[in-house]
Amino acid sequence: MTAPILVVRNLHVRFPVKRGFFGRTVGHVRAVDGVDLTIRPGETLGLVGESGCGKTTLGRSIARIITPTSGEILYRDAAGADVDLATAPNYELRELQRQVRVVFQDPFSSLNPRMTLLQIVGEPLRNHGVATGSELEDRVAGMLQRVGLSPKYLHRYPHAFSGGERQRVNIARALILEPRLVIADEPVSALDVSVRAQILNLLRDLQDEFGLTYLFISHDLSVVESVCDRVAVMYLGRLVEVADTGDLYTRPRHPYTEALLSAVPRPDPRLRDSGRRIRLADDLPDPADPPPGCTFHTRCRYAVAGTCDVPGGAPVLAQTAHGHRAACLRTNELDLAGIEPDPV
Amino acid sequence: MTDLTSPAPLHEPGPPPEPPPAATEAAEERPKGTASQRSLVWWRFKQHRLAMAGLIVTGFIYLVAVFAGFLAPFSSSTFNADYTYAPPQRLHIVDRSGGDWDWGLFVHGYRSVVDDETLELTFEIDESQKIDVGLFVKGDEYEIFGLIPWDRHLIGPTNPDDPMYLLGGTRTGHDLLSRMIHGTTVSMSIGLVGVAMAFVLGVTLGGVSGYVGGKTDLAIQRLVEFFMSVPSIPLWLGLAAALPPDWGSMQRYFAITTILAVIAWTDLARVVRGRFLSLRNEEFVTSARLDGSSRRRVIFRHMMPSFSSHLIASVTLSIPGMILAETSLSFLGLGLQAPVVSWGVLLQDAQNIRAMATAPWLLLPGLCVIVAVLALNFVGDGLRDAADPYKR
Ligand SMILES: Nc1ncnc2c1ncn2[C@@H]1O[C@H](COP(=O)(O)OP(=O)(O)OP(=O)(O)O)[C@@H](O)[C@H]1O
Ligand code: SF4
Ligand SMILES: [Mg+2]
Repeated sequence: MTAPILVVRNLHVRFPVKRGFFGRTVGHVRAVDGVDLTIRPGETLGLVGESGCGKTTLGRSIARIITPTSGEILYRDAAGADVDLATAPNYELRELQRQVRVVFQDPFSSLNPRMTLLQIVGEPLRNHGVATGSELEDRVAGMLQRVGLSPKYLHRYPHAFSGGERQRVNIARALILEPRLVIADEPVSALDVSVRAQILNLLRDLQDEFGLTYLFISHDLSVVESVCDRVAVMYLGRLVEVADTGDLYTRPRHPYTEALLSAVPRPDPRLRDSGRRIRLADDLPDPADPPPGCTFHTRCRYAVAGTCDVPGGAPVLAQTAHGHRAACLRTNELDLAGIEPDPV
Repeated sequence: MTDLTSPAPLHEPGPPPEPPPAATEAAEERPKGTASQRSLVWWRFKQHRLAMAGLIVTGFIYLVAVFAGFLAPFSSSTFNADYTYAPPQRLHIVDRSGGDWDWGLFVHGYRSVVDDETLELTFEIDESQKIDVGLFVKGDEYEIFGLIPWDRHLIGPTNPDDPMYLLGGTRTGHDLLSRMIHGTTVSMSIGLVGVAMAFVLGVTLGGVSGYVGGKTDLAIQRLVEFFMSVPSIPLWLGLAAALPPDWGSMQRYFAITTILAVIAWTDLARVVRGRFLSLRNEEFVTSARLDGSSRRRVIFRHMMPSFSSHLIASVTLSIPGMILAETSLSFLGLGLQAPVVSWGVLLQDAQNIRAMATAPWLLLPGLCVIVAVLALNFVGDGLRDAADPYKR
């Protein structure tokens, strides 16, 4: 097995909760609460979970848009040396942020309306002094063409483009610096269903062509199933299950994963039985005050009082089978239902 | 390292990778694709009738301000004490008194009448006198842009000593029209200079407040609130009254402008801070930082342009306030003082009810203020509406 490109160790990100006139800190939102994660070169790792579970925060910490509270983010650079992204000083960060790039979710707010495609996509090249003038223009044109946009559009402003086209621009901007790791934070969830497949195909093609590694954040398990090699499931700032995609979908080992999977639509009428869907209580616990023991016990239908809610007895991510890890105290007693691979 | 962006695909005709046909055509149809935000804002602004009218009027007023010396028949200090409160003369273009049509500009002269009851001396138009009026006539000397001396005036009596009061005379026998035109320069420039000062203060403090945040933001916000909570009229009055009386007119002019700016910057600071706060977490700003842009570049290249049109709108909307403030101060005798003429200084003459009854034309400078303020407000409103061409 090749050495991982990224190893996240015991990562914590806390946001202070401020109240009152003087902005007193009354607590902390534990947006990321002790995450361990490994990303292998060339793979697509999916990160799934409900809204508010900390996916974006984890992704942004890796890109160092936010500085994590504690923990390590070890990135193995092209030369094979390990750098801790969590503590890298600014001058090193600039270089590292060439190699780790982000594709944002919102194709509208992520492009500056005042700049042409040439300026937007060329900005990283210019800032890093990679190219200027006509060479820069050539490279941007080449990149636009590669993501399926005509070089004719170089001097157009983003408002003239549809969501899908804008997302292509975003991808072009992320890739123009020849990165190694791309963090795609819900890159298709703001797009029409009709253009989603196009963008996903594009991401896949570019991955093959340039040997990219993706951290693919999404709350849509169908999308994740179609693009990811492995999947990490996140709940309330922690990872609750990590496994290969096929394995996770057919044999989930955590009740939360089972519940998420039960909501995945399947076109085959034989599989569409109404009793399959597991309803989760709507209220996500307050991430500033997570429940004791297994944080999922307030919503878990397999929870056992006295086992799952013991303070300090939180389950840790443990090996359940080869390459399959889950954080559930009862995982070996339970027979959880997965879903058949997508027939398409 | 993989060569991601090699220009090869450009020169190789080969099949373009996965072209999105529908999308390509859609972008093709939109002609505004290459239109910059500035042209979009202008395009939206032009749709706004009232704003366009306001822009034309404002432009006209500033032209008058710039070419005041040429447009005014007399200099602002020329007066003829023999003609106090002379009523407005009508400008005739044809003389038919001789029976035939005699073309040429002229006005009638005055004769003095003593009121039987009050024994007051008033003037009436004397139709028997004819004062020839010409275009581009020689008159008082002035300097264009304060540089090039010239003595031609757009309109004036052929003999510079003849009385010509197209909009009437003042208590001192000055020509009101000339003084109003000269007042335009002062009143309108006070608005611009004052706003320029307020702009520098407001953008700097607001920008620092919004971008740096934290304790700095807190301190600056308290300062803004302090200035906003002080009632402005007493503050102006206090500051203006504190100006040393022996200051020259230029010093006074700048002092008054500064006083007005000290109060006006708070609004701009708020606008700028709000924009910075909302933009700071905008994804394109985060992207710019990730793209390796320096902090300065993020602020000036990525953030500022996206609210420059809002800024221009706010600035335009604060000019009328300045003009009104200067007018009020001068009207009360605390602002500019003779020999400087501004609309407010001219309105001082209209404080006296008796003078108003005999010479209602003295209110005309007030009309100038109203027109200028309305026009600028319309322009500002139009700009504000057009500032965000991507909304809707
Ligand atoms: N800058 C911040 N300040 C305070 N709290 C924050 C901040 N950013 C995120 N949070 C909180 O951290 C938690 C995790 O947020 P995050 O955006 O990472 O979730 P997410 O999984 O990406 O959700 P979504 O699917 O909605 O994007 C949430 O409770 C959120 O309210
Ligand atoms: S530990 Fe208990 S509460 Fe938590 S997931 Fe497992 S069964 Fe449910
Ligand atoms: Mg998110």
